[in-house]
Amino acid sequence: MAKVEHKVKEPLIHITKRSRITIWKAWLIRIAAVALALVVSGIVAYLVTSENPLRIYAVIIDGTFGTSRRFWGMLQNLAMLLCVSLGVTPAFRMRFWNIGAEGQVLIGGLACAACMILFGDKLPNAVLIIVMIIASLAAGAIWAFIPAFFRANWNTNETLFTLMMNYIAIQLVSFFTYKWSVPKGSGQIGVINRTTHAGWLPVIAGKNHLLNIIIVLVLTIVLYIYLWYSRQGYEIAVVGESENTARYIGLSVKKVILRTMLISGAVCGLTGLLLVAGTDHTISRETAAGRGFTAIMVAWLAKFNPLVMLLTSFLIAFLEKGSTEISTTFGLNESFSDIITGIIIFFIIGSEFFIQYQLKFREKEEK
Amino acid sequence: MWAAFIRRAIMQGIPLLYGSTGEILTEKSGNLNLGIPGIMYVGGIGGVIGAFLYEQHASTLNPLLAVLIPLLCSMLGSLLMGLLYCFLTVTMRANQNVTGLAMTTFGVGVGNFYGGSLAKLAGSDVPSINLTATSSYFRASLPFADKLGWFGEIFLSHSFLAYLAIIMALVSSFFLVKTHSGLRLRAVGESPATADAAGVNVARYKYFATCIGSVIAGLGGLYYVMDYANGVWSNDGFGDRGWLAIALVIFAVWKPNYSILGSILFGGLYIIHNYIPNLDVSGQELFKMLPYVVTILFLIVTSIGKKREAQPPASLGLPYFREDR
Amino acid sequence: MTKAQQGKVPALRLEGITKEFVGKVVANDNISLSVDHGQILSVLGENGSGKTTLMNIIAGIYFPDHGHIYIDGEEVVMRSPKDALRHNIGMIHQHFKLIDIFSATENIVLGLDEKGRLDMKQCLNRVKEIATQYGFEIDPEKKIYEMSVSEKQTVEIIKVLYRGADILILDEPTAVLTPQETEKLFNILRKMRDDGKAIIIITHKLHEVLSLSDRVTVLCKGRNVGTVNTAKTNETELTEFMVGKKVMLNINRTMPKDPKPRLEVKNLCCKDIEGVEVLKDINFTVNSGEIFGIAGVAGSGQRELLEGIAGLQKCEGEIIYLDPKTGETKDLQKKTPLQIQELGVRLSFVPEDRLGMGLVGNMSIVDNVMLRSYNKGKGIFLHRSAPTELADKIIKELEVVTPGKSTPVRRLSGGNVQKVLVGREIAASPTVLMTAYPVRGLDINASYTIYNLLNKQKEGGTAVVFVGEDLDVLLELCDRILVLCSGKVTGIVDARTTTKAELGRLMTQNTNDKDGASDGQG
Repeated sequence: MAKVEHKVKEPLIHITKRSRITIWKAWLIRIAAVALALVVSGIVAYLVTSENPLRIYAVIIDGTFGTSRRFWGMLQNLAMLLCVSLGVTPAFRMRFWNIGAEGQVLIGGLACAACMILFGDKLPNAVLIIVMIIASLAAGAIWAFIPAFFRANWNTNETLFTLMMNYIAIQLVSFFTYKWSVPKGSGQIGVINRTTHAGWLPVIAGKNHLLNIIIVLVLTIVLYIYLWYSRQGYEIAVVGESENTARYIGLSVKKVILRTMLISGAVCGLTGLLLVAGTDHTISRETAAGRGFTAIMVAWLAKFNPLVMLLTSFLIAFLEKGSTEISTTFGLNESFSDIITGIIIFFIIGSEFFIQYQLKFREKEEK
Repeated sequence: MWAAFIRRAIMQGIPLLYGSTGEILTEKSGNLNLGIPGIMYVGGIGGVIGAFLYEQHASTLNPLLAVLIPLLCSMLGSLLMGLLYCFLTVTMRANQNVTGLAMTTFGVGVGNFYGGSLAKLAGSDVPSINLTATSSYFRASLPFADKLGWFGEIFLSHSFLAYLAIIMALVSSFFLVKTHSGLRLRAVGESPATADAAGVNVARYKYFATCIGSVIAGLGGLYYVMDYANGVWSNDGFGDRGWLAIALVIFAVWKPNYSILGSILFGGLYIIHNYIPNLDVSGQELFKMLPYVVTILFLIVTSIGKKREAQPPASLGLPYFREDR
Repeated sequence: MTKAQQGKVPALRLEGITKEFVGKVVANDNISLSVDHGQILSVLGENGSGKTTLMNIIAGIYFPDHGHIYIDGEEVVMRSPKDALRHNIGMIHQHFKLIDIFSATENIVLGLDEKGRLDMKQCLNRVKEIATQYGFEIDPEKKIYEMSVSEKQTVEIIKVLYRGADILILDEPTAVLTPQETEKLFNILRKMRDDGKAIIIITHKLHEVLSLSDRVTVLCKGRNVGTVNTAKTNETELTEFMVGKKVMLNINRTMPKDPKPRLEVKNLCCKDIEGVEVLKDINFTVNSGEIFGIAGVAGSGQRELLEGIAGLQKCEGEIIYLDPKTGETKDLQKKTPLQIQELGVRLSFVPEDRLGMGLVGNMSIVDNVMLRSYNKGKGIFLHRSAPTELADKIIKELEVVTPGKSTPVRRLSGGNVQKVLVGREIAASPTVLMTAYPVRGLDINASYTIYNLLNKQKEGGTAVVFVGEDLDVLLELCDRILVLCSGKVTGIVDARTTTKAELGRLMTQNTNDKDGASDGQG
């Protein structure tokens, strides 16, 4: 029954759910939130640097667009962040809280590095790269499949499970970095196959990261099509919206969960591959660099739409670059960018409230 | 050897105990606060800032103030973080996971940023700050501890924050099980709608539990800097202990008194590699994953066993809006 | 309780209570009633007659638009459940408000406005005291999730007594109980009455009214149609009161043409999660070209019956589908919805829970239209062109009011949501079309659109199953009506010749009489 209450004394502010909001209005609220967040970040930056606020913004922009090298660096960061975000998206559209992306990326990267180290001088390069691809995707997929399996069968809490899986992956990577460290005992692997470049992803058009960027861009479109126009994508949406409806149309919820998490993990594994074989040519605990967590925010801000994620991952990558530039220019600590990222996300999270709900102030009481 | 091991295990366990006690209180209200690692960083750096400023400004240190100022600064920092989390998730009904992760990014950033900045102020060339003077007050232990052999080493050689952690855990346990407010808090975490119908102010309980939980968790950060690390703040030094604290919550089946022993066990697992002979560095890293492996196995066993008392609070992670029903 | 014996002032008196829900009919229209201390009042009425709304007003959950509430002669304002508690009113909801992992005592103590230490021992003793006083059998330390339904109800009742309630309201307390448990509950209620408590019990079971209560107030369509002393009435009179006079709806109805069996259900039995039997030995046949009505008070097993046939609920027995083209028979029992589809069975189902099961609220009309057919055809991609056309067709033919076909169905009004759902199910040109409460919450015009659609299906030779709650509609729309009561078939009647009173009698018939467990005219 509709719950319409007439209280004698209504509260001053009454919160109700909006029945609808026009798209432009919703975006206006979001843009306003970002603008407000930028102002606040500017103030924070001003407080710690005492610089002219306009100069601070100029530095932020300069951090990304100042030189072509910086711009490409930003694009590379963007691509990697976007790739992880794409990875978590299928799971989230199914309302499966996969916060284990960090671990899935790392384990994918580890599988890739293992292939490069173990088979680097044994296999022809093309075969090696194929083996690497298979290994990384499989490793990421398995890492995601384990919690999914327990969730699907015994309803094991997936948030906590995937979270714990991250640290097992991190420690595994640590284990192998010591095992394979060059020189022995240094705790660092160093550049793998430095001379032979075996297993390195090819550099195209002379740009170091171009291949990564193209792959991620293609993946974005593929994933968008998969989620919006394929049957499996449709099934994911139905399971996410209502398991009852899924039952009603004869869908096996368990099967969809397992299949979707395999895909989710495989994409994260691919990110690991791109990071190790396409960018760093080495692996360490820091390879994923917290992207697994940032990606969750990127995906959530984009409402799990891969195309919008281009925008949100740009926003985060741009800010990270910009605030790193602030730190170097003004001699601040590099963690400054984390603070700015945090502030921006807080504001956008807060703005969602005004999109979903509206405030009604108490009208004058009439008797 | 054994006594030393247990003593180290306890010292490793105390920050986890603070973190998990705070997180248990929070989760009992239905809030899954993944910002705990960030909050513990803020708690730590809050204390560091307080101690740093006091050491800089006072010519001679008053022992009471030297302890009190960092303590209050630490609590204030984590309280603000708790309030921020509540405002976003309870009042604004934002997604708890996203908010929590953003808080962790933010909190770790704040910790490292101020840590680095203070280090620069202090003129040190490595990103770490040395607050040995303040730390010595924090680390004061019972005078006769070292005269009682292994017993003293294990049980009496700790600082007041360590004992406070255990007291906090016991008090929280008592509160949850033996008081009316505790009962209502648990009801909020299980079913906010039922609690609401029984006349419990759901938002108020969520706010109080989460903020108090944050302050307690923040003390874990303070203990780490002032006791465990001898007053030396180094960036990222706290590591993944915040997540380990969340793991401990699961392992302690949401009971603070269980997490006392659990924290010592986790602390022991965390450092056991130092005590295993002939273990190479890589093997140590494998041992460090033990707490997480144990937690996952525990999570699996409890969910397969479907023992109701070992499950997370039923409404964990879900926002509550009365008119949604 | 002390004021009770003082005289004739009723414990609770309602005067002219009116409550209107936005966009719906008046739920309570100028209702007055009263109950004395030491008295049990039954409030009797069909589904949707406004009983529960009225009780929620007394319990402070809804606030009335007009009217006054008096307790012991003094006017009171009920703004929230807390106010009601303060006036010693206790309500036992139909759906229990208990926390599963708490023990009985913990649930009972929760909500007391107390601070400080929780003395479990003292609480336990107090619970035990109440239990012995009224003869409850309860283990105060048992967890709710380990309890049977009747035990949970006991906890709810003790919870109310623990808080010192003088006025008790029980909303359909016997719906979930076995006859033995019902009798036990009634004995306890009688004891409480003798103790001076005022008790209101909502029910639609006539024999319960007669055996338990002192007075009966009958509600019909939101109005109080009469209050009588139980001693001076009988089942026939109450039934007439309850179902009211027949209202003419003028729904067109044709004679079934060439009826052939399409769906046969034999010896169907079904248990719910808690192991309670919700369907007992159901037998019926639905023919082509007819509308087969199913009547019964809410929760008599209608949902389980339809979901059982659709493959959503595990059942024992036989469900046989007769294919009109090939004449083959297909056994649907123990098949999943997918397997049923793959068998080539044309079975459409409009479930009761439209947005929770039949449709996906956040998806567009087009995406909802293809919900049942997205998997047809080849390739890995969705084919949206046919569903788009169908969506256009549904919007046009059924006059769905919507900004466009890409609007999420959540944003449509109830009637339009239903048109989309029924439109989609009909578009699959079903052999058997099952509809559960297809006009619930719909306005007159939308309701007639649905009636016409169903009639058209019937004329086209579809076997239509119509689960309804409004007896007038059932009588005018259907050809035959099956009546369910507590999971059993109490009759299959010809809708053209039967009467409302007859339906009412079948719906409330105490089928348990034969078991001899729960009668007791008293």
